[in-house]
Formats: sequence, structure tokens, C-alpha cells
Amino acid sequence: MAKVMLDFEKPILELEQKIEEMRKYADNLDIADEIQTLEKKVDQLRQSVYTDLTRWQRVQLARHPDRPYTLDYIEMMIEDFVELHGDRGHSDDKAIVGGFGRLGKETVLIVGHQKGRDTKSNLYRNFGMPNPEGYRKALRMFHLAVKFNKPIITLLDTPGAYPGLEAEERGQAEAIARNLFEMSHLPVPIIVVIIGEGASGGALGIGVGDRILMFENSWYSVIAPESCSSILWRSWDYKEQAAEALKLTASDLVEQGIVDRIVPEPLGGAHRNAQEVANTLKEILLEELKALKKMKPGALVEKRIKKFADMGAWKE
Amino acid sequence: MAWFRRSQENIQTGGPKKDVPDGMWTKCGGCGEIIHRKQLEQNLFTCYKCNYHFRIGSKVYFEILLDKKTFKEMDKKIRSMDPLNFVDSKKYSQRLDEAVRKTGLMEAVRIGTGEINGLPVVVACMDFAFIGGSMGSVVGEKIARAIDAARLKKHPLIIVSSSGGARMMEGALSLMQLAKSSAKLAQLSDAGVPYISIMTDPTTGGVTASFAMLGDVHIAEPAALIGFAGPRVIKQTIGKDLPKGFQRAEFLLEKGFVDMVVHRKEMKETVSKILTLLQN
Repeated sequence: MAKVMLDFEKPILELEQKIEEMRKYADNLDIADEIQTLEKKVDQLRQSVYTDLTRWQRVQLARHPDRPYTLDYIEMMIEDFVELHGDRGHSDDKAIVGGFGRLGKETVLIVGHQKGRDTKSNLYRNFGMPNPEGYRKALRMFHLAVKFNKPIITLLDTPGAYPGLEAEERGQAEAIARNLFEMSHLPVPIIVVIIGEGASGGALGIGVGDRILMFENSWYSVIAPESCSSILWRSWDYKEQAAEALKLTASDLVEQGIVDRIVPEPLGGAHRNAQEVANTLKEILLEELKALKKMKPGALVEKRIKKFADMGAWKE
Repeated sequence: MAWFRRSQENIQTGGPKKDVPDGMWTKCGGCGEIIHRKQLEQNLFTCYKCNYHFRIGSKVYFEILLDKKTFKEMDKKIRSMDPLNFVDSKKYSQRLDEAVRKTGLMEAVRIGTGEINGLPVVVACMDFAFIGGSMGSVVGEKIARAIDAARLKKHPLIIVSSSGGARMMEGALSLMQLAKSSAKLAQLSDAGVPYISIMTDPTTGGVTASFAMLGDVHIAEPAALIGFAGPRVIKQTIGKDLPKGFQRAEFLLEKGFVDMVVHRKEMKETVSKILTLLQN
């Protein structure tokens, strides 16, 4: 399989390939020293490229086609997962998946955006862009979680809510608004994790919670850099500048008081070692859940509302 | 053609061009009728011929909705901080200063208290003229404070929306205002205080996807554009022309997302009637 290569990681991936090739001949030839030198070199290269990524490069990593998606994390972290389908009103939106399962010893509801990996699965998943019924499906499951007193985990990864004709007819705005309203006072713990792309209302539509976690190489903002470029610069060519201006990375959002905790990724991104990332996430989620479960539902909701009420920057 | 040239300096038209014509005559955006200023004012800035609703700001809307001299503005002085030091082709801080100068407003929403036929209410009204009525931290905070005031006083809340959506120049902080206003409305709802959302042309993006769509009763002005995505984006996505009347107030009524489409001239009486029914 041809590896997907982002422009800025080309030298690293090329060097890695070379090392791999050399290893094939290592038995017959005495090139161990050379391999070692190259490995050192690629290590240094990785350090220098991946530890100082620009915001746009992080956006690219967040969209990496090999990046783990919601169902991948569910498979790697959750046992006895039972997927639920449909909003009971219109249809089953494949861009949002969810169901009950066990995280460690804990039964949780886990809901997330789901992208596809190739053209066919992307069409099936609508590229991870939900229609109103996706948000209503999520809300239906949230209410089930409340009914059975189970904590909620949501995984955000979407290029946006689908801007289609039928989506508008069925009330895309109302569906998102309803979820924000309802999620803000659900009396069970909610942990939100931005695992890839957090594009505007489409992401936030399942993103109100007690703790907001964000992967190191993910982005979250009011608009995608390209669209921002096309509106403010009147051209698609300023996406890098737009990404910089929007300050949309995990560390930016911690600074802005929006994100509580960053989930670390291996050098090069989550796809470099998906299982390791899933294990880290699982550990963090269990730790966060333990703390949240100590709170009474009323206090939990009050604190959640205050958390969002405190967001913003103004002077008077 | 020397005889055709001006023999003197060009005629001066005086002063820079103004965005809002303040002459005596205005052309209707709907039917093209030329309407006299006085007549327009009398008709609450709607066309007497085709009912086209002109875009108006908070100043006129508070006059339309509230009893004379009852409006008391709250939190007038909250201003944006440009938290991201945002620069595109222009600095955001500069854009803000220009908007303040051009509109005479401090931000894209004004909030306060007033009375409707003697009934005390808390009101908020957006100004589209201020950076497209976009919602950043200040709009979110003022809406939140209006909601809090309504909850604490137990007075009904009325929000008049007109907005292009969340304000890009404050990034994720703008996005969080959707959650913030919605969370506050959940509190208001739990307290049993009525909230009427009035949507005017245009109400799109983040404002629609939060407080505008969370009213107990939704009222839209005739032909107002109301939606999540803008028509241009949808057209691009589906690669087809949009049907006539798509995303207009009447379309939303048909699809079940607004309770009624109400002419501006009947707005105050309609709101008054609903509130009286709900509260007595």
C-alpha cells in the first residue's frame, strides 16, 4: 500500500523507507553501522519536524487518512460494544455512531462522528458530516444514558455539519441548538474528546460536557481554515495564514480556556501507533470519570453551565 | 468634442458615500417602489406595496416592540478584547473600531429591560450593521446576561436575531458562545420563564444553531432568510439552483421550525398576546 505522505514529512518517510529497504539486505551485507547512523538521523529529523509543527501542519495531521476514527477507538478501548442506530424520527445517520459498552469496568455511552477511509466508505459516512438526524440520534442516546445513569463520552471528528438542502429542510440549526441546550443539563458526567477535526457547530453539536479533552494533533475552531481564507481573504490560498490566525490547536485552546487537557500522541501523529494512543486515552478517560463520578448530578450540571458561561474574552 | 467637456471643475457631490441613504426617498428592496422616508417610518420600515421588510437595527426595533420610554439599556460598555490578535487583510481591532465609528454602536447586540403593553420584559436585539451581526465573546456574554436577568427577575425574555453567524475573528471562543447561550437558556427554561425568539432577515449560522432556535415560541418576519448554512454554500455543495423561497420564513413555517410569520406592524401585539396567555 502506498503510504500517504504529507509534504512536510516527506524527508522523514523517505528515510524510513530507505532504512527498511536496507534491513532486507542486512543479513547478507555488513551495513548494520550504516543503518544505525540513518536511524539516528531519522530520529533527529522526527524530533525537529514533529515537535515544532505549524498550525496548518497539525490540521493536516488531524485529517491524515490513516488517522484512527471513532469506531477504531471503540474497537481498541471498549469491550462488549453494542451499537445503536437511528433517531426514531427520520433515519440512521451514518456520520454519527454510538452505543453502550464497557470502558474498563465501567459501562459508558460512547458517541462520535465517523469518517470513511476510502471513497466508498466516505460516501456511506457522508465524509463524517452529519445531517440533523445524526444530532437527534445522538440526543436519543444521551437520554438513554441518563435513564440508565451511565456516563457519556463523545468523540469529535468532523469537517462540519452537512450543508445540504435536505439538512436545512429538516432543521440542521435546530438539531444542533437542541443538543447544546440538552447536553448542558444532562445529569450524568460527559467527557468530550476532539480526536481529529473539530469544525464549528457540526462538532460542538455533540461537544458540550464537563471535561473537554483534545488530541495533540487535532484542531477545533469556528470555521475550517480554507473556508476562513475564502471569506476573509477572498481566496482559498491563505489557509496557512487562516490556521495561524484562528489559533485552533490543542495548546491554543488550553490557553483560551476552552480545553482542559491535551491527549498526547506519538511523534508523527496518532496513526503512527494507534493502539498506544487508544491505551493512553482509555487511561485518561477512566481517571477523569473517577473524578466526575464523585460529584452529585445537580452540582455537576451547575459546574458545566458555569464552565461554558465563563468562556469568552471581553472588557467593560 | 471640446464643446462637450466641462469648462469648470467637476461638480462636487459632497462628502463620502454613505451606506445608509438618508435622503427623503428610498427604493424598496422587494418591488423597487420609491418610498418616502416618512411613509417608510410610518410603516415601520416595510413596503406598503409588497410588504418587503427593510433591515433595521436595535434602535428602531426597541421602539417598535416596547412602550415609549420604557427601555433601559444594560451592560452598554462591554467591548471585545481581540483575544487572538486576529489579523486577516485587516486587524480585527481595527475592524471593531471602524464598526463602532460607522454604526455608533458598541457591539452587534444591545440588551435591556422594558415594557410591552405594561408587561415588564427583558429584551435583546442584534444589529446586522455591526460586522454582519456576528457573535463573538461580547454578543455571547450580553445574551447570557440578558438571560440571567430574565431568570432572576422572572420576566419574559425576547431576543430579536439578525446575524451572519459566529464571528470568525475570535476563533473557537466565538464557537463556544453557542454553547454558552444555549446552556443559559436551559437554566431559564428550567426556571419556567418564557422566551420568545424573533428571527429577522438574515438569521444564519451559529446564532440560528443556538439561541434563535431555542425559543418557547418562534416568530419570523416575512421572507426573512433563516438557516444554518448560507444559500451560497448549499448551492456549491449540491451543485444545483435552490428552489424559490428556500430558507425563507414561510419555508420554515411549512417545515415546522417557526410557529408563525408575523408582519412587523403586528409584532408588538402578537408578542403581547402570547406573553399574556402564558403568564396569566
